[in-house]
Amino acid sequence: MSQSHRLPAGGRIDRSRSLSFTFDGTRYSGHPGDTLASALIANGVHLVGRSFKYHRPRGILTAGSEEPNALIQLGLGNRTEPNIRATQIELYDGLTAASQNRFPSLEFDLGAVNDTLSPLIPAGFYYKTFMWPQRGWMTYERAIRRMAGLGRAPDGPDPDRYEYRHAHCDVLVAGGGAAGLAAALAAGRAGARVIIADEQAEMGGWLLSEGDTEISAKPAVDWVEKAVTELAGMENVTLLRRTTAFGYYDHNWLGLAERVTDHLGPYAADHLPRQRLWQVRAKQVVLATGAIERPLVFGQNDRPGIMLAASLRSYISRYGARPGKALVVFTNNDSGYRTALAAHHAGIGVAAIIDSRAEASGPLPQSARAAGLRIYEGHAIIATTGRLRVDSVRLGRLAASGDRIEGAGFGIPCDLVAMSGGWNPNVSLFSQSRGKLDFRAEDGVFVPGQSFQPLRSAGACNGVLSTADCLAEGFAAGAEAAREAGFANRKPAALKVTEPDCPAAAPFWLAPPEKPLARAKCFVDFQNDVTAADLKLAVREGFQSVEHVKRYTTTGMGTDQGRTSNVNALAIVSATLGMEMPAVGTTTFRPPYTPTSFGAIAGRNIGALFDPVRRTPIHEWHAAHGAKFENVGQWVRAWYYPKPGEDMHAAVNREVKAARTGVGILDASTLGKIMVKGPDAAEFLNRVYTNSWLKLGIGKARYGLMLGEDGMVRDDGVTVRLGEDRFLMSTTTGNAATVMTSLEDYLQTEWPELKVYLTSVTEQYATITINGPKSRELLAALTDDIDTGNEAFPHMSLREGTVAGVPARVIRISFTGELSFEINVRASQGKAVWEALIEAGAPFDITPYGTEAMHVLRAEKGFIIVGQETDGSMTPDDLGMGWAVSKVKPDFVGKRSLTRSDTVREGRKQLVGLLTEDPKEVLEEGAHVVQVALQQPPMAMLGHVTSSYYSPNLERSIALAVLKGGRALIGKTLSVPMPDKVIKVTVTEPVFFDPKGERANG
Amino acid sequence: MLTIPCPWCGERDVHEFRSGGEAHLKRESRTDNLSDAEWADFLFLRANPKGEHAERWYHVHGCRRWFNAVRNTHTDTILAVYKPGEAKSEVSQ
Repeated sequence: MSQSHRLPAGGRIDRSRSLSFTFDGTRYSGHPGDTLASALIANGVHLVGRSFKYHRPRGILTAGSEEPNALIQLGLGNRTEPNIRATQIELYDGLTAASQNRFPSLEFDLGAVNDTLSPLIPAGFYYKTFMWPQRGWMTYERAIRRMAGLGRAPDGPDPDRYEYRHAHCDVLVAGGGAAGLAAALAAGRAGARVIIADEQAEMGGWLLSEGDTEISAKPAVDWVEKAVTELAGMENVTLLRRTTAFGYYDHNWLGLAERVTDHLGPYAADHLPRQRLWQVRAKQVVLATGAIERPLVFGQNDRPGIMLAASLRSYISRYGARPGKALVVFTNNDSGYRTALAAHHAGIGVAAIIDSRAEASGPLPQSARAAGLRIYEGHAIIATTGRLRVDSVRLGRLAASGDRIEGAGFGIPCDLVAMSGGWNPNVSLFSQSRGKLDFRAEDGVFVPGQSFQPLRSAGACNGVLSTADCLAEGFAAGAEAAREAGFANRKPAALKVTEPDCPAAAPFWLAPPEKPLARAKCFVDFQNDVTAADLKLAVREGFQSVEHVKRYTTTGMGTDQGRTSNVNALAIVSATLGMEMPAVGTTTFRPPYTPTSFGAIAGRNIGALFDPVRRTPIHEWHAAHGAKFENVGQWVRAWYYPKPGEDMHAAVNREVKAARTGVGILDASTLGKIMVKGPDAAEFLNRVYTNSWLKLGIGKARYGLMLGEDGMVRDDGVTVRLGEDRFLMSTTTGNAATVMTSLEDYLQTEWPELKVYLTSVTEQYATITINGPKSRELLAALTDDIDTGNEAFPHMSLREGTVAGVPARVIRISFTGELSFEINVRASQGKAVWEALIEAGAPFDITPYGTEAMHVLRAEKGFIIVGQETDGSMTPDDLGMGWAVSKVKPDFVGKRSLTRSDTVREGRKQLVGLLTEDPKEVLEEGAHVVQVALQQPPMAMLGHVTSSYYSPNLERSIALAVLKGGRALIGKTLSVPMPDKVIKVTVTEPVFFDPKGERANG
Repeated sequence: MLTIPCPWCGERDVHEFRSGGEAHLKRESRTDNLSDAEWADFLFLRANPKGEHAERWYHVHGCRRWFNAVRNTHTDTILAVYKPGEAKSEVSQ
């Protein structure tokens, strides 16, 4: 339990309380304020993972969200989460963490054989190797997949809750370090509505880690506390901690992921969501996202115990940990000395400072000299040793050219290496906003250039390095942003900052290794195991675009998206190509900045709330009477009503029979209904339907086909004329909204001169269809003001009156070929009327039927269903429905397309019927139809089966299909090849039952 | 995620709108004399500029009215909005 590597004092941790946690089953302790990474370091643990490809032992590289190595499997059961950065996991009591990508254990990992074999598996190995034989991939893939990936996803559904917040603000500040806090203060004081988000548990950024910095003559953390207190006191400011601005989208719309209770583990209050996704629209944005330290690329620079120099300062100053006893610093700039001094003051032995520069003369190197630290100027690390932890470095003197070593190398024992290659401004969000990057050659960094959205960058992300400059830029950016958003303000006075002077780094991209480069293991991308040799190989093999190099070598991919590696990789690629870095360019920065959980993105839109569910007014009756349901778009429709002991087949057969022999009843309320009103309503219908509508009598109904301008069938339905200027249009269930939108489009933009008003009334009415020879008697029993006689109430006409005592519109139409009435009543009365019909229908053995029976009944008649017989490529003629197209109308939507060369050509697919040789054989919908079935594909396909059912009325199977030149094939025998057999079919007319259509008129 | 100023309702989030493609396509009501090529041009061919583009938008979850907008397809800036039937606004950046 002892924290063997904890400094006796210091750090922003609460030493009065201890927290217990386990890592790979071993119990350790830490303090509130620790991250998992700092707690492990305080317990002397550096080895935390195995690398992706070579399974090399890896340690903690950074202290922030850019961490490429320390990826942890956190938690247990369905709450377990893979690939979480140990540097971001806040410690809580009882935390359970495990390393990833190792078997059987972290210390002894069989996959490490890949490391020994590494010369055999360079960049592109998988692309080059697993090509032959072609079918071998099926086998390779399984093995490769097992080896690939890092953590393990939970097996069950996520038990946690997530939520959304939508917000607007005047100024959004991304980042809560020196610049961000200053910007929020300036904007907040001006009265602007400010949201400031920072990914860490505490605001303050690097100020929390720099013990040697003073602001206004007090420790920098005092200023942080004062600033946060002031911001928290402003009503117009929202402070979001543990919140990552992960995506910058168009028009200043940003995505923020707030980890509300992750840090509490099992102690989170039930009423709080685990995470909250903020969608913020900001008038102005201030990016204060800081900078990320650049690793140095040298031989075996990936061993546990080797970390970034500033991160080491963070572990010492912020977390009070002692990451080692003997430190070697390798740097190309003065900030490495800052780390050496911090370690020295904390009592960590500094074995050597190795500086790639020939001379180091700034104030920090001078302080280091004064402290008696050993400095090797003009030297570089050329190799390291140590299996599970670095135990020595080897160094050598750099030639003046910097690309080779002069003389013999020598070793220095150590257990800790801090490296600093300078600072890369964190330009991810800026680039996501489409901003252009400029290259600053003096220290080899990309800084924000031209921007295309109302934003400004401030502080380290803008390329400045000192705290004073960060504060000044932050105040200025915040004030300016507020002003642009309409809040006048004065410029705040500059703050006095005391900190060591730390000028920009001189680029040093690749330390010449002791071994030949191909075997030297100079890692550029730690997470994906990409070395300098891999990058050079990719260039030699012809990859010149940095995007191609990225995909070939995988550099810059993974959970860290190359946060620490991209610029180094780019520098090595440009040097190999002999090009300038800006000419090679960067890879594209895309959201999310750091991995964002699917849970947060889904929010509450899961399970029952995923999609709205629409139920008819009669739904409860169906449910109470044992109906099985099916989804039709968002609608839930009764599918069939099995009686005890009946399977689906038996139930549907019974329903289909009843609808042709007695009376069936169907809930058709889901059909789309649009009220078309206005003096030009008839003219409007005349233009949107293919047939003519001007002369349709009041009280008459007509079937219409609607086409797209391309001449393809889009929708169909029956429309009735209620009055001179009123029509009630019906659409298919799934297309109602699309049809409405399209009609509005024509009315508003093409024919604004037409006086027509459209109203969707789908949900205002319940529609009940009674169907079958007894339906007239049933209707007559429930109405005393509608004459139901065949002459008085002919087919395709409408009567208004009362049914079961309530006002109703009754339309005599048929989708089954039987005598059939569609009764429309107010939605609120639908269920009562349905029940009245069921009761009055008892003497006729009334049978409720569902959508399946409805489909069989219409297929027996060869009636199409839009979306089943059509797929956006069928013309009316293809469907044998040329009769529904007017030959005389001058214009209707799609008219011209019906005479395009492609729509009139021979060999288009046409609707036909298919009868199987074996009447019991029911074809599969979607099955392909061929002239002659061959032993194996490819075979010339004639078309496919669109509808297929068993018809109890015909006592055999029936099918509809669309076949090339189908009508000419009627009478021919074709084949339907299936995996286990070939089914012979005969092509027929698509109408199987009552071809003369006498029953509906009876 | 664009903000679009509906000419009737004001600025709204793009979620409320549906895009309707290129604006100012002329639909002939008498098409008998159009050649297949002319009709195909109306039916299938659309401008795809990098820069200013006049296009149709539908405020489907709002006033349910169509309108036109000039958008810079490169920067996604909406430069002008105007009602159907109005001439394309002259916009300069």
